Amino acid sequence: MHSILNPARRGFWFGFIGLGALFLLVIPGLNLLVPVESALHVPNYMVTLIGKYLCYAILAMAMNLVWGYCGVLSLGHGAFFALGGYAMGMYMMRAIGTRGSYGNAELPDFMVFLNWKELPWFWYGFDNFAFALLMVMLIPGVLAFIFGWLAFRSRINGVYLSIVTQAMTYALMLAFFRNEMGFGGNNGLTDFKDILGFDLSQSSTKLGLYWLTALLLGATFLVVRFIAASKLGRVMMAVRDAESRVRFLGYSVTGVKLFAFTVSAVLAGIAGALYVPQVGIINPSEFSPANSIEIAIWVAVGGRGTLLGPVVGAFAVNGAKTWLTGAAPELWLFALGALFIIVTLALPKGLVGLWADLRARTAKENAHD
Amino acid sequence: MTDDILMDEPRGPGMATPGSILYVDSVTVSFDGFRALNELSLIIEPGELRTIIGPNGAGKTTMMDVITGKTRPDQGDVLFDGGVDLTRLTEDQIANLGIGRKFQKPTVFEHLSVFENLELALKCKRDTLTTLLFRLNGEQRDRIDQVLGTIGLQDKVRMQAGALSHGQKQWLEIGMLLMQDQRLLLLDEPVAGMTDAETEATAALILELHKDPHHSLVVVEHDMEFVRALGARVTVLHEGSVLAEGSLDAVQANAKVVEVYLGR
Repeated sequence: MHSILNPARRGFWFGFIGLGALFLLVIPGLNLLVPVESALHVPNYMVTLIGKYLCYAILAMAMNLVWGYCGVLSLGHGAFFALGGYAMGMYMMRAIGTRGSYGNAELPDFMVFLNWKELPWFWYGFDNFAFALLMVMLIPGVLAFIFGWLAFRSRINGVYLSIVTQAMTYALMLAFFRNEMGFGGNNGLTDFKDILGFDLSQSSTKLGLYWLTALLLGATFLVVRFIAASKLGRVMMAVRDAESRVRFLGYSVTGVKLFAFTVSAVLAGIAGALYVPQVGIINPSEFSPANSIEIAIWVAVGGRGTLLGPVVGAFAVNGAKTWLTGAAPELWLFALGALFIIVTLALPKGLVGLWADLRARTAKENAHD
Repeated sequence: MTDDILMDEPRGPGMATPGSILYVDSVTVSFDGFRALNELSLIIEPGELRTIIGPNGAGKTTMMDVITGKTRPDQGDVLFDGGVDLTRLTEDQIANLGIGRKFQKPTVFEHLSVFENLELALKCKRDTLTTLLFRLNGEQRDRIDQVLGTIGLQDKVRMQAGALSHGQKQWLEIGMLLMQDQRLLLLDEPVAGMTDAETEATAALILELHKDPHHSLVVVEHDMEFVRALGARVTVLHEGSVLAEGSLDAVQANAKVVEVYLGR
């Protein structure tokens, strides 16, 4: 067999099952079964924090699919994440029903406050969970498909594509800030009560959401691995390395990029939908261009074009952010910028690449002995 | 012959140009006022091997760009296989019609292995979904092994293409062209940077391909010994149009060609 993954296949499954056990069993176990006073106890706030990181990890894997493998540096992935989040938020707004401050069964509070009399058409159906789930994937997917089709067909590449995707997320941010858009304007959607009847303030619901996110991260991992290991995955890498050559072989570069971009946007939407019930709010700042740039930094730090890199990067950078914004908040942006420069100059393959290099070096030294 | 009529009448797509595999009629391409091709006309017959020579800037590479869809001509017709208008198609559509190209500078996918490079070139359906679900069958695997034998890279199967020597990259790219199993092969300076032995082997391979009437070949080359070894009809390009055509001896004796090459 000639498959590139074969030599590493066993290692892959060990790693996959090991990480799965850590996130699905060990952390919930340490939260539920270990007494609160024990040093090993994982407090509830920590479970939610890790759940948030898991969402970021899914988002980073989505970004890696299109950037790491296909070479398309989208700086608008925050928009797909936010749209997935808004779709889930709309379901949870509708689920509030008469428990809102104004007790209106039909209209969310912000609409009553704006003196609206009836539900806008684009809110129809969001009281149905299955419909909302469909929209979580469909809205980012369709937007990415249309946007990507126009951009890739016109051969907008490299930095130009990065700029138009930044413009896309910025335009969406400005639009969502407007009250007239019907998505809660500045404040966004918040004050959620429950999801599918489970009370969001309960720690058991939070643990359930955490658990579901870990499970979906695993699923995302398998999807990305399936694509990367397929012939299409190799065509994507070929597009990344020598785009015009791929055309002369008879592959539609537009089609390949569009596939990667659309699948990636759907995965980002799912990440957003898992994120919003865990943090309890979605507002237009999620569309801010800086957020999308940060996603690219997670992937670069972890190692682009590697399966595990984005997960490592999302945890490493966000872990550092949580710690540093608590310890010295004014330093965070400097640290982020420095990190990006160091990774670009010294670690082109990110942390995962550094680890692989170190292992290769040790193996070589052992071979010499 | 009806050639005169064909040359003079502007024709649209779908018009029959009986017999020819490639029909280029008064094609002009300008870049910022510079005429890279100037009413270039050229006919390649099925099964023909044609060499194209000409000084730098004669328009050889631009001609290949026009045929393969990379550059759109300002005017003129380019018809494939007696009627398909290539000027309206994209690069990938043209490749799927049966036109393959080897670049002047060897371009292989450096981060993929030798095997994977050949696998991507393999002739098969190339739409995105088919590619996602693609599995190599035994026959296709044998075909890859066969081409690996032809290009002499059997012991480099797993090696990253980026780690190959210049000559090996040239061979790998020729191998990719073989994998595609195209009807019209365009080779842009296939022996550039090759050793004498490699050049000889390449000439032998091209002549081998030429034996199969299914293949038509257009070879652009500077190396006169190589052109002589191919022993094919020669077209001389100069300033974007055809200066002379005939056997190598005939064009070398042509006064206009001598003037262009020696600058008299």
